[in-house]
Amino acid sequence: MSERGREIRSYVIGYALSLALTATAFAVVRFQTLAAAATFGVILALAFVQMIVHFRFFLHISLRKSSRHDLQLILFSALIVALMVSGTLVVLFNLRSRMM
Amino acid sequence: MTETQGIWPAVLGRFDWSALPFVRAVQTPTVSEIIGALAAALVVIAAVLIAGLITRYGKWRWLWSNWLTSLDHKKIGVMYIVIAFVMLSRALIEAVLMRMQQAAAIDNPGFLSPDHFGQLFSTHGSIMIFFMAMPFLTGVINYVLPLQIGARDMAFPWANSIALWLTGAAAALMMASLVIGRFSTGGWTGYPPYTEVAFSPDVGPDYWIWAVSLGSVSSTLAGINIACTVYKLRAPGMTWMRMPLFCWTSLCTSILMIFAMPPLTVATGLLALDRYLGFHFFTNDLGGNMMNYANLFWLFGHPEVYILILPAFGVYSEVVAIFSSKELYGYVSLVLATMAIAVLSFTVWVHHFFTMGQSANLNAVFGIATMAIGVPTGVKIYDWIWTMFDGHVRLTTPMLYSLAFMMTFVIGGLSGIMLAMPPLDFLVHNTLFLVAHFHNMLIPGVLYGMLAAYTYWFPKAFGFRLNETWGRVAVVCWVIGFLLAFMPLYVLGAAGMARRTVEVFEPAFRPWLYVAGVGALVLLAALGSLFVQLFVSIRDRAANRTPVGDPWDGRGLEWSIASPPPEYNFAIVPHVGGRDAFYAVKRKGEPYRPPGPYEAITVLRNSNLSALIGIAAGVVAFALVWRIWWLAILGMLVVIGSVIARSFARDVDRIIPAAEVEAIERRWLDEAHATDPIPRLLETTSANRGLAGVSL
Amino acid sequence: MTAASHAGLNLRSPHEPTAASTEIGLFGFWVFLMSDAVIFALLFATYGVMLAATAGGPTAHGEFEIGAAALETLVLLTSSFTYGMASIALKYDRGRRGLLGWLGVTLGLGLVFLTLEARDFITMLRAGAGPTRSGFLSAFFALVPLHGLHVLVGSLWIVVMMTQVMVIGLDARVKINLIRLGLFWHFLDIIWIAIFTLVYLHGLIR
Repeated sequence: MSERGREIRSYVIGYALSLALTATAFAVVRFQTLAAAATFGVILALAFVQMIVHFRFFLHISLRKSSRHDLQLILFSALIVALMVSGTLVVLFNLRSRMM
Repeated sequence: MTETQGIWPAVLGRFDWSALPFVRAVQTPTVSEIIGALAAALVVIAAVLIAGLITRYGKWRWLWSNWLTSLDHKKIGVMYIVIAFVMLSRALIEAVLMRMQQAAAIDNPGFLSPDHFGQLFSTHGSIMIFFMAMPFLTGVINYVLPLQIGARDMAFPWANSIALWLTGAAAALMMASLVIGRFSTGGWTGYPPYTEVAFSPDVGPDYWIWAVSLGSVSSTLAGINIACTVYKLRAPGMTWMRMPLFCWTSLCTSILMIFAMPPLTVATGLLALDRYLGFHFFTNDLGGNMMNYANLFWLFGHPEVYILILPAFGVYSEVVAIFSSKELYGYVSLVLATMAIAVLSFTVWVHHFFTMGQSANLNAVFGIATMAIGVPTGVKIYDWIWTMFDGHVRLTTPMLYSLAFMMTFVIGGLSGIMLAMPPLDFLVHNTLFLVAHFHNMLIPGVLYGMLAAYTYWFPKAFGFRLNETWGRVAVVCWVIGFLLAFMPLYVLGAAGMARRTVEVFEPAFRPWLYVAGVGALVLLAALGSLFVQLFVSIRDRAANRTPVGDPWDGRGLEWSIASPPPEYNFAIVPHVGGRDAFYAVKRKGEPYRPPGPYEAITVLRNSNLSALIGIAAGVVAFALVWRIWWLAILGMLVVIGSVIARSFARDVDRIIPAAEVEAIERRWLDEAHATDPIPRLLETTSANRGLAGVSL
Repeated sequence: MTAASHAGLNLRSPHEPTAASTEIGLFGFWVFLMSDAVIFALLFATYGVMLAATAGGPTAHGEFEIGAAALETLVLLTSSFTYGMASIALKYDRGRRGLLGWLGVTLGLGLVFLTLEARDFITMLRAGAGPTRSGFLSAFFALVPLHGLHVLVGSLWIVVMMTQVMVIGLDARVKINLIRLGLFWHFLDIIWIAIFTLVYLHGLIR
């Protein structure tokens, strides 16, 4: 397959996977059978996977040397985001529970 | 409180005549109002005077094309530092006013109204952090970083210019608040619900929001620029571990800028949504949660203080090594410490609001993290001390700043460790103890570092040294002034005196407040001596020229080119073989040797559009403050249009022909060969023409 | 910004892309996207904090409609795919018609997305579920319209790029800007994944 063909395939696979993951998430909520927390867990996991699909197939981030700097940047950003978001949620929920 | 309607709302928003301090001073002629009117008058007179002088000497075109529209990192760096010095002057005067008020207002109301005092502490903090320290460090990094890594400019010169103009616009907005309207009385942190429309419907908090927002966008742009420059523009052979320490601290500072500015944008943005569109993020009613503001603000605020200090640490690494005539000790540990500080700075923000109500366990976690972050800084202090050990220490002005830093900053660090303990923090939170602590970090830490950088790299930028005697006078005044003004505050804070107090009711505080007042005046003298130093240095510049470019026997690449450097910095991009690249060449190789065939060099032309964007952004901000909607929309269209226009522009650079490069370089090399090298003993005399004598 | 002002040889015409100049240009844009990601992340966190702050007013369950969310998701996801096709046309095709065509489709889908979203917001506002009603709704109306604003900016950017492709052609800067726009567009779809998961689907879980 030509390089062009390979690239097209990458996008098609990414699109197909994303559609499937999205449809699954919507279905899990629309036809909810699990408890609320478990449902939330499932759609979170599906979202996380779909983000990786986007990064891999649409944004071409991989473990290759050429995207090394970009990957470093994304991972570091993810760390900061995780710290800030989890910190916010923990602190604010702690404050709320102590106010009730 | 009722909102003023305005004299012509459709065109002038909510402006009305009482927005002018002169009108207010006539209506209510109290000392406080008169001081306000005088300040406004000063701003207007200064603006008119400057404009007049420029017109008188016919320098508008020169100013516009040589400086304001330049994309050259060196010019941009200098302009940032000019902004910093102007704003330092204003904010220091504000500090003196506050100190005088507190000394005078013991069991009597003093001479400033509570409202005026509230504006003073708000502008003082906002200016010192956003419009003095940030521009100062951004300017120093802008100037020095490309030179140290062997690059011809920053990664994104046009964005660099925009960032400068945004900071300038924000500073102008701060000055405008002196003349039209009023400033926030909510402190530099702007906590709601006090800063919500329900309690502060006036223009004050809006000035704060938009000035800070402009500054925040500017710093984000600068951060992106600095990070990409370090990542991608290092000269061939300059691996990560061969970079000067100042480049490492610049990189970590930029990473902090990139990730810490967004929380500020969110905090002020959400507050703006509350104030302008009636949202309920931080209001008292309908589900607002003002505690989230503190959380968001300090997610920014803590990394911010490391943004302020890391460049200073980088400066000290450079200065201490050079003026100890020795290699920097513990390079690897310094790099690791810098990286540790950068990452850890995102894990401690809750210590700014230990008292807000979280559980003791949560506070404890952040308390421990806060104590941990003191460790890498301690490592750095030891590294600098060991750099000096067994070196030949030369007590020049930059070195004196560094020594003063090492001795006084540590006290502030210790008070920080004390504050890191929640139980202790509960006793001194929002007292003068805290104020003493952070000024103890900012003045000996950030300010001395920036002034050391200013003195150290001035000859590189302008081709002549600053007057050493007045430099020493300045150091002495800064040190004595700082100690007198702030050490008493530790005592007062421990005794229970709250911060931001316009009137004091405890006579026992009097002697300490008097000492602090004297300290403030000494600090004012320190500022004055800096201006005298500059005046004298310019007057005597012919005697103190250092055109060859290496007045201090430097180690980095910035010292290997002429002073001032040519527009393109390096005629031939150097190949770097190790750390302290230029030092090695001086000791083992042949510095100042014509490197071979010169080539044409492409540099970027000036850009009017970046200036236009900055000015338009300032206009948008001003219009938003006064709710002049048509002007805000127009300004935004200009900003967007300019960005689009630039993307179409194709004739953006010009080529310096090889012959011209050769002529410039030859002139400099000939001067180098005709100059006498000097030993370090003579480096602060007029014998120093910028050529270091090397004893092999 | 040209290839010219970086360390290294300056012999080439500054209008030719070098690997180095493309790398810097794209890395810088990635860094900007990460700072934007932090803004969104904190708006998500704020939304999470304010989920319960409905002040006796409209709730997620009452206001969100799964069909609309699904349609918007489909449209935006497809637009990411069509931009991918545009990127391939940019890289491999000789002519510009494929590129312009795919860009046009992407633009169209983006505008459809915005229209659907605007309709949703207007419905909510008409039902009294506007941002001034409660903290929860404030948080919703900060987060989701900010994403929409980004899509609007992206759509404007597509128009500008299409114009430049037609007027200037595919020189270095146009190419870099097209690649950056692609990064931006895909990034917006990633944010949307978070939005439809954490806002719409989460709000509809019983």
